[in-house]
Amino acid sequence: MINPTETTAAPRALHPPGELVIDIEGVTKLYRMGTEVVHALRGVEMQIKRGEYLAVMGPSGSGKSTLMNMLGCLDTPTAGRYEFAGEDVADMTDDELADIRNREIGFVFQSFNLLPRSNALHNVELPLIYAGLSKSVRIKRAKKALEDVGLGDRMHHQPNELSGGQRQRVAIARALVNRPSIILADEPTGALDTKTGIEIMQLFEDLYDKGNTIIMVTHEESVAQHARRIVRLRDGLIESDLKNG
Amino acid sequence: MRRFILEFFESVRIAVTQIRANKMRSMLTALGVVIGIVAVTLMVTAIKGIDKGIDESFSGFGDDVLYVGKWPWSGTQEWWVYRNRRDIRTTYSEPINEWIKGNPDTALVRAVPADNTRTDVVRGDLKVSGMMLTGTSHEMALLSKSDMAEGRFFNEIEHQYGSKVAVIGYDVADALFPNESPMGQRILVRGAPFRVIGIAERQGSFLGAFSWDSSLIIPIRAYRHNINGRDEGDVQVQYDVTRANQARDELRGLMRRIRQLDPEDRDDFEINESEVIRGPLEEIKGYIATAGLMITGLALVVGSIGIMNITYVSVKERTREIGTRKAMGARRRTILMQFLIEAVCICLIGGLIGLGLTWGLAAIIIIAAPSFPIVFSPSVAFIAMALSTVVGVASGFLPALSASALDPVEALRYE
Repeated sequence: MINPTETTAAPRALHPPGELVIDIEGVTKLYRMGTEVVHALRGVEMQIKRGEYLAVMGPSGSGKSTLMNMLGCLDTPTAGRYEFAGEDVADMTDDELADIRNREIGFVFQSFNLLPRSNALHNVELPLIYAGLSKSVRIKRAKKALEDVGLGDRMHHQPNELSGGQRQRVAIARALVNRPSIILADEPTGALDTKTGIEIMQLFEDLYDKGNTIIMVTHEESVAQHARRIVRLRDGLIESDLKNG
Repeated sequence: MRRFILEFFESVRIAVTQIRANKMRSMLTALGVVIGIVAVTLMVTAIKGIDKGIDESFSGFGDDVLYVGKWPWSGTQEWWVYRNRRDIRTTYSEPINEWIKGNPDTALVRAVPADNTRTDVVRGDLKVSGMMLTGTSHEMALLSKSDMAEGRFFNEIEHQYGSKVAVIGYDVADALFPNESPMGQRILVRGAPFRVIGIAERQGSFLGAFSWDSSLIIPIRAYRHNINGRDEGDVQVQYDVTRANQARDELRGLMRRIRQLDPEDRDDFEINESEVIRGPLEEIKGYIATAGLMITGLALVVGSIGIMNITYVSVKERTREIGTRKAMGARRRTILMQFLIEAVCICLIGGLIGLGLTWGLAAIIIIAAPSFPIVFSPSVAFIAMALSTVVGVASGFLPALSASALDPVEALRYE
């Protein structure tokens, strides 16, 4: 077991860019829908290095969401190998996965998934509570994360007092606050108008420039074009995996 | 451990936020617990009251006294055997006391004669019926656990001379002297005038058990002279409680000698203890307590079903939130604790309100019906809070467990 306080105290920047963070080999996933067995993933191989900006694309039913859940350690593969930052996560228990998610992955959801009745600061603090950090450290780091996404003056607002773009910024601050190895964004602009969407994409661009690893799941071509690498899925298999721009 | 503490406080914070966000719902749910806690704590209060009542009723009897009489106090199946026994003479107390003086090692302390009967007591136009009149010696004051509210017990000289003086209980004093002090006043007992020299402290009566309140005590010689000339009654013998068996054996031997029984004769007297009466009362109390707590406990079960229901609703409503928390790194036990604490918080709120109501009701009962024994003690408060916690944990556990076991993928997708 890795001591969470120790790892969170060590900044990810110490990891050299280009180091392998995700290594997937022959990953399959079966679902049982009543009597029918659905092959959501049929043997996926993928390597992602630190500092990459990657978009996962594909029509609905392509296994895109399943892959994202797998990458986010929300789910484990039926078969195959999955190493996250050198740790084998394929056979981890629920609680071990929870710890990996807490330390290594920052989630950004389409519908923000902020806690209602908790202000922005507390929302951003949440992963740090689960990491077991003291209040003073939590507050300091949550404030910093909110300032980094340009919400230094909105810390004590409740989610329902914030605009959609601001809510997504809070969610991004929450994803960043634990200094994760990857930021996993699921349709981050899906619930936003075009203009706000562009602002959020600009924020991701900034995060990428600062050395963060970003994995984005989307079905919008214009959003995917921001990424430097685009992986296209079809029928549970990787159709193409290309550099972009 | 540190993480656990942080998660605990986060859980409490969430619980408070949730309860405040759903005030009406939380209060209605807590109401079930309120009713349950009121029922149980009132029952506990009543049982404690019964305890106190029994204690007070027996406070007049010493628990270190053996009663020598013709009848056993319990299990009198062969009544004809006892009926045909020779009378127990109250004057047996004299040879017993002499023997005690000659045997410094004895476990017996002193013997006191006692004869009693029901009688009316009159004073002018006022009359009180069915009072327990006891003739005894001045040493009865040393046996009884009752204190004097006013005046004094009769002394040795009054005992020797059989003076017509009386110590009266609260009810007698209250009935005959409603607006004045009875001290030094005259009362008529079966036509004979007695002077009141003392009033016993009020004792309270419980379940119709004997109480000193409705009795009066006069010197045995005055009793023999004015009430009943025949030497019968019983003898009360105080003993050293640390040597109870020795005391019993000594008293039995003494009585056999006094009664001049041959070795092969069976005892023709009984040696009784107040425990004999107290035992069955305690047993009845036990039945009342068991039945009462089971019935009132049902109210608490109903309340806990309400808590369980609302916790399930809460889990359902916040499925996505659970998913989000899991994505942020909440472990199973974190989620479990969150919902458990929410259930416990609602229960504790219910428990506190219930406790307040019980306290208020107890206070009202004490004012409205002072003779009804009721005891509201800190232990009741402790029981109520402990029960609330137990109910919260018990009823919140299953819903909380189902929340903790949710698949994060499913939970995040839940609409």
